[in-house]
Amino acid sequence: MSTFLGTPGIGNLRGDSSFPTAARRELANTQMRRNVGHATRTIRSKRLAAVGECPDWEQLREAGSALKRDVLARLPELLTELEHNVVARGGVVHWARDATEANQIITGIVRACRTDEVVKVKSMATQEIGLNEHLAVHGIAAIETDLAELIIQLAHDKPSHILVPAIHRNRSEIREIFLREMPDADDLTDDPRVLAMAAREHLRRKFLSAEVAVSGANFGVADTGTLAVVESEGNGRMCLTLPKTLITLMGIEKVVPRFTDLEVFMQLLPRSSTAERMNPYTSMWTGVHPGDGPENFHLVMLDNGRTAVMTDEVGRAALHCIRCSACLNVCPVYERTGGHAYGSVYPGPIGAILSPQLTGTRTHDDPNASLPYASSLCGACFDACPVKIDIPNILIHLRAAQVDAERHGLPSGQDMAMKAAAWVMSSPRSFAVAEKALTAARFVAGTDQRITALPFPLSRWTASRDMPAPPRESFRQWWKRTQSAIQA
Amino acid sequence: MFGAQLRIALLATCLADAIFPRAAIATVQLLERLGHEVVFPNDQTCCGQMHINTGYLTEATAIVRRHVEVFERAGCEAVVAPSGSCVGSVRHQHAWVARRAGDALLARRAETLAARTYELSELLVDVLKVRDVGAYYPHRVVYHPTCHSLRMLRVGDKPLELLRNVGGLTLLELVDAETCCGFGGTFAIKNADTSTAMLADKMACIIESGAELCTAGDSSCLMHIGGGLSRLRSAVGTVHLAEILASTEPAHPRMVRSQ
Repeated sequence: MSTFLGTPGIGNLRGDSSFPTAARRELANTQMRRNVGHATRTIRSKRLAAVGECPDWEQLREAGSALKRDVLARLPELLTELEHNVVARGGVVHWARDATEANQIITGIVRACRTDEVVKVKSMATQEIGLNEHLAVHGIAAIETDLAELIIQLAHDKPSHILVPAIHRNRSEIREIFLREMPDADDLTDDPRVLAMAAREHLRRKFLSAEVAVSGANFGVADTGTLAVVESEGNGRMCLTLPKTLITLMGIEKVVPRFTDLEVFMQLLPRSSTAERMNPYTSMWTGVHPGDGPENFHLVMLDNGRTAVMTDEVGRAALHCIRCSACLNVCPVYERTGGHAYGSVYPGPIGAILSPQLTGTRTHDDPNASLPYASSLCGACFDACPVKIDIPNILIHLRAAQVDAERHGLPSGQDMAMKAAAWVMSSPRSFAVAEKALTAARFVAGTDQRITALPFPLSRWTASRDMPAPPRESFRQWWKRTQSAIQA
Repeated sequence: MFGAQLRIALLATCLADAIFPRAAIATVQLLERLGHEVVFPNDQTCCGQMHINTGYLTEATAIVRRHVEVFERAGCEAVVAPSGSCVGSVRHQHAWVARRAGDALLARRAETLAARTYELSELLVDVLKVRDVGAYYPHRVVYHPTCHSLRMLRVGDKPLELLRNVGGLTLLELVDAETCCGFGGTFAIKNADTSTAMLADKMACIIESGAELCTAGDSSCLMHIGGGLSRLRSAVGTVHLAEILASTEPAHPRMVRSQ
């Protein structure tokens, strides 16, 4: 019997250019940088306050982490249990190996409902598989009902944050988008309330007319067959209760063993994501109930690379993620580049470890191969993660995997530099030789002992930073000189 | 333990050894002034952090092995480095690297060595139990807490406590102090644009503070910050924490060695 090791994830998980190239482009967008900088700064300080209220925060994180480890250790068993319980309560369960299968399944269900319009609850999984685009090709309009997702959809833009997809837009930009895209909207100011009311009006009609809703899931509870969605605006609650048919797309790692496990995550998630003690709307549903809520419920379980990630004992912890985005908000790289630089729908530190693992990285030129390097390893993400994913360590692990995978090919400039450095570090003699050689750089320095230009790749340093001239005397030379002076 | 003379091995760090010797020299002078014996195991080269963080773990394993052997041989009660990130690597990466390479024995040896390896402010405050090292440094200074000293070692307020006790020194507040300066080792080269954007914000906060000098416990981050300030021809300089703590009033008894 062979073990199924999964197929690579496809969909909106990979950009067109490497992170350094995309980041260079994004960094030039000064409006985006001010918007993201302002928003992340605000969320950061609020999150610290919300977390500070919990004396048992560290134990909660530990519990969340332990639960997720347990889930991954017995995933097949838990998924089967979830399937059994959903079916027993009147739901239908579908399994999708990848984005293509998931799109086909969902499109098939919508068509069977004979409708050309669906309302959507904000969902990362549907962004991952590119559901809206797929439905559009088949003549079905998907209407995003989350305010930020609606902004993105109307602007024909892409989300740049897991929780706040329009974080890169400010309110005056949103006003312009609404004026341009909402037929009935005129005379709008940039007052957030005015903008929210315009969106509310726009959406209300859709809620009442839609026959089908599509959602993601924050949690799927194995022992009861319950699905859960947490949200802030109430749009989710409308989608989950009004239309006749509900289709939920859930990544297979979102299963939790017991209903009582939600106790831990419902404390961790809101405080880490929106810095709230409790999110305004928590919707849970178990199967179907005549005369109450949707009459048909379909659960689509999505693999799309997750099983492949499971095979990496270190990297698999990326699947612990509960999509709170605390790591994005504290990341100094994300704060400056914004989310689009990461290419994938999963940006920021978690994206840097999740996206390349979900897709696999084919060659050195694969844009996702650059993601594990998109971090200064400052460690802020690890501190903020509510389920204690050691993101810096996984970044290094993935860098090592990349380096090892390319060992048999032609050595790159980096390979040669690292090998040369390893030789230098291999003995005090070679180290001293290198130090002596370095002294030669004193001639490159100006009279002010500043080095302002160096050859590639060090030119990337000197493009914005000087280097001091190496000292006349290294530490070990000083030690030898003064030591012998003492002994004399 | 304060009062008892310790024999302390200096992990100079490759960067301080080759480019910023004053940080390592200051560490020696400071500890000797406090009455301790400092030895420099001459066979040392580097902790291997650059190789580890860039993903060259095979190469790093050999460097880790050398580090462990050299400092075991030194036979000291404590090992000190004027760097939070090198000590972070020793404490949180060496055993992991060894274990990954399948060398459980080396991993255990690395753990034993790591348990007596300290960043300078940790050694002073936690081991030597000293907060006032008798330094005199009449300058306006901001302190940048480097990421690895902050989040890998959790040195917390120790460097600030030491600085508050320095005679003549005015310690100023640094806005967004805990945000990374953008160095990140090879990150500064591989993602130079992003690194520079981070540095620009860090420098703006440093300049805004009104300080003459920015100090930190890592020569690497100071090389980055200092390199940026120098490029701007800014009036703010950089100085390693060890250099401040080693400075004394001219009237004070001179150190045993001088540069």
